[in-house]
Amino acid sequence: MAWKFDNSSPIYIQIMEQIKKMIARGELKPGDRVPAVRDMALMAGVNPNTMQKALSELERAGILVSNRTAGRFVADLNDNNINLKNDAGYKLTKNYVEGMRELGFNDEELVDRVKGFIEG
Amino acid sequence: MSNLVEISQVEKEYGRKKQVFTNLNLSLESGKIIGLLGPNGSGKTTLIKMLAGLLKQDAGEITINGQKVGPDTKAVVSYLPERTYFNESLKIKNLVNMFKDFYADFDEARAYHMMELLKIEPEMVFKKLSKGNKEKVQLIMVMSRRAKLYLLDEPIAGVDPAARDYILQTIITNYDTQGSILISTHLISDIENILDDVIFVKEGNIVCHQNADTLRNEKGQSVDEIFREVFRC
Repeated sequence: MAWKFDNSSPIYIQIMEQIKKMIARGELKPGDRVPAVRDMALMAGVNPNTMQKALSELERAGILVSNRTAGRFVADLNDNNINLKNDAGYKLTKNYVEGMRELGFNDEELVDRVKGFIEG
Repeated sequence: MSNLVEISQVEKEYGRKKQVFTNLNLSLESGKIIGLLGPNGSGKTTLIKMLAGLLKQDAGEITINGQKVGPDTKAVVSYLPERTYFNESLKIKNLVNMFKDFYADFDEARAYHMMELLKIEPEMVFKKLSKGNKEKVQLIMVMSRRAKLYLLDEPIAGVDPAARDYILQTIITNYDTQGSILISTHLISDIENILDDVIFVKEGNIVCHQNADTLRNEKGQSVDEIFREVFRC
C-alpha cells in the first residue's frame, strides 16, 4: 500500500492533494494520461469508488480532462489559469506565517528567521 | 429504487435470555464496500449469518436483490465465515472443483491465477498451508465468485500485516462496482481506507450508518478514533 493517508480527514481530498503535488513537481505533465481508476486505486490502496470521486473532483476543478474514448489526461493548466506549484507554495507560506504569528513572532522576526534558516 | 439488501423489523434471540436484535432496520446499496463495525458480541456475526441464510430471524423480513433469503439469494451471496468450513484434508484442486460444482458464478481460472501468484499449487493439501495462506486461499475462493453481495466475516483477524495488505489488495482488485462487500471487523484502522460506508453496531442497534469520508469531514477524526469514542467502556 504505497500512499500514506491521515485518516482524520476525507481520503478523496488527500488523493486530490497527492495528484496535485505530482503535477506541481512535474511528475505528471499536461497532456499525460492518468492511469485507469482501478489501477490508481490499487496503487493508492483505496477503494475504486473513492479514487473515482477524487478524479471527478479534479476534473471539476479543471485539473484533469476526460476524453470519452481515450481516458483521462492532465489538462493544459495554463489555459485554465491554474498554477499548482504557486498554489501549494502559497499554502505552505500561509501555514508558516500564521503559525509564527500565533507563537508571538512579529512579521520582521519571521522574515529574519527564514533568512537565517536558509543561510544556515 | 430498491436497495440490494433490505432488513426490516428483524428480531433475533438465542433462547429467552439472549436477545441480539429487537428491531433491526437496515438498507445496503449496491456498489459499495461497507464496514460492519462493532465490539465483540454486538451482533455482527449474527447479522452476517442471517444474510448468508445460515440463521433465520425470529421476526421481520430480510431481502437480498429483491428476494427473501433462501436458495435464490444464496446463489448471489458469497460468504467468508469467521472460521473455515473447508474439509482441511482436501487438496486445493478438490476445493476448486467443489466450488465450481456449487456455484454457477465461480470463476475457476481467476482462482487458479490468484493462487499461482502466491505459489500455491493445486496439488497441495489445505491442512498443510500456513495460517496466512489458509486465510488467503479462502478469500480467493470467495472473491472468485461473481456475486452481488460478498459477506466477509473478520477477513483480516489473526494474520500478519503483509498478509493483511495482500487480503485488502485482493478485495480491491476483485471488487466489481456492481456488487457490494460487507466486511465485519474490529481492526478498523487497517481497513478504513477501503471503505465507502461504515455501520456501527452497538448491542444489536445500528448507532451510525454513514459515508466514511463524510464522517471524517464532520468529526475531523478517523473512523477508528470515532469508533473508540462511541464504544468507550
